[in-house]
Amino acid sequence: MGVLEVKNLSLALNGKKILDDLSIDFWEGHVHALVGPNGAGKSTFAATIMGLTGYKNFSGDILFQNKSIKGLSVDERARKGITLAWQEPARFEGLKVKDFIGATVKNKEAEKIKDYLSKAGLDPDRSIARVVDRTLSGGERKKLELASMLAVKPKVALLDEPDSGIDVESLERIFDAVNVLKGNGTTVILITHSVTVLEQAEHAFLMCCGKLIEKGTAEKISRYFKGKCIPCDHKNEPEDVVSEAGE
Amino acid sequence: MNEKENLIDRLYQSADADPGILGDPEVAYVVLNHNTVVGMNGDDGLEVEVDERTDGIEAFMEVKEGAVIRKQVHLCFGMIPKEGVQNILMNVNVKRNARISVLAHCVFPNAVDVQHIMDAKIHIADGAEYTYLERHVHSPEGGIKVYPKAKGELGKKARFKTEFELIKGRVGLIDIDYETVCREHCVLEMTSRISGTEDDIIQIKEVGHLNGESARGALTTRIAVRRRAQASVYNKLTANAPFARGHVDCKEIVQEEATAATTPVVEVNHPKAHITHEAAIGSVDAKQPETLMSRGLSEDEAVELIIDGLLS
Repeated sequence: MGVLEVKNLSLALNGKKILDDLSIDFWEGHVHALVGPNGAGKSTFAATIMGLTGYKNFSGDILFQNKSIKGLSVDERARKGITLAWQEPARFEGLKVKDFIGATVKNKEAEKIKDYLSKAGLDPDRSIARVVDRTLSGGERKKLELASMLAVKPKVALLDEPDSGIDVESLERIFDAVNVLKGNGTTVILITHSVTVLEQAEHAFLMCCGKLIEKGTAEKISRYFKGKCIPCDHKNEPEDVVSEAGE
Repeated sequence: MNEKENLIDRLYQSADADPGILGDPEVAYVVLNHNTVVGMNGDDGLEVEVDERTDGIEAFMEVKEGAVIRKQVHLCFGMIPKEGVQNILMNVNVKRNARISVLAHCVFPNAVDVQHIMDAKIHIADGAEYTYLERHVHSPEGGIKVYPKAKGELGKKARFKTEFELIKGRVGLIDIDYETVCREHCVLEMTSRISGTEDDIIQIKEVGHLNGESARGALTTRIAVRRRAQASVYNKLTANAPFARGHVDCKEIVQEEATAATTPVVEVNHPKAHITHEAAIGSVDAKQPETLMSRGLSEDEAVELIIDGLLS
């Protein structure tokens, strides 16, 4: 059964079409991958699902549990159960890890927060008192985002390039956390151009130039992705446009 | 509980601080209500003298040579009345190789028309260390004007760290004017964190002169203004000797109709000295609130948390 359904989704930024008539159905409790080369529109897709600033003026519809979320704000979508981990997570000067996670959950007990940190592959005792600023590496911030995702127990978790800036061992911890999300019944959507990440998924969708090219099992898409998509005949130019839009 | 104990209790409770700390005989403290001393305790290595004058208070604090004051010294400069002028002349002398840390609560919980004027002269001798944290708690009415002024002189290898915090209650008007001169190998850190709202006015002038070889200095300002509040920051760091190093860092978050201006001035007068600066003014970066909103916080809650972090 589809928990999140995208119908004929199109989005243009600065006059360029970034998402082109996409229709995708994400199954409840499954791990999906949305793959494609740089500039395919994957991150724009995630930003549009989350309703971020600059990504609201789309055509088509986004259904969550069979109801349109088109007019909802980011926090309204989040309260319904949709959440996003950014490719490059934000820094927060002075904001402690325990407050970053604690702000979004009812149970703010240190032990509970440590449990989320541990599940995301962070050292809980060392991490809990740290600050979410430049003193955390990019990899640590990505794990922290996952910890905060685990804390809010989402119904749909979008993970944008979960492997970027991550070493091999840390990537394993991130995959462990993805499995925890799946174990909790969360529908996971991995946004990636990495075959290693793709292989974590059960179902996959291949995007190029804003279009859906192929869909199927991760194995099938992996073959296609390896064999046909790289190198790709399409010009993937919208990356700059996406950057301007605040990606 | 006598009248003075009652006053101390009220001032400390207004500052969200525990007056019980003053019950420790090893904790040195001075508590003022308006221009009257309501409590005081000394320490072997520390001499404190307070003169009540007709127009205010003059205080002398001297840390003896080599003395290390183990427990943080508490100062409480407060006013329970709604109106009045608190005028404090403060003379601090930290002698060679001495060390002291001071926490000052400046508490004006009922201020409707109050002025707090502080004029401090600070001398930190060679190898000495002075840490001064000043936390203000003001009334919600905004009827207060605060004029903290300090001139500091640091000897060789001295360290001076000062933090000014005003994030509870209305600022009213604050006009900070600090200037410190540093000699060889000394370390200066001056930090201000202030949150303004309504028609509060925040004016900060912090100046550090790194005159000695290998002197180091950092001026840090964090301000959040909203409604119609105004902030103006002037941070100046000069490096006048070889290997002097410094950094000026100012961040101001502006919301609604508030305005902010910052002037970071870095001046290098020696080819082997180096100073950097960064300044950022504006709204919060959209990615920050959206990250928190994507976990379910409302936009207002997210911005509040971001500002709390910045000012923490």
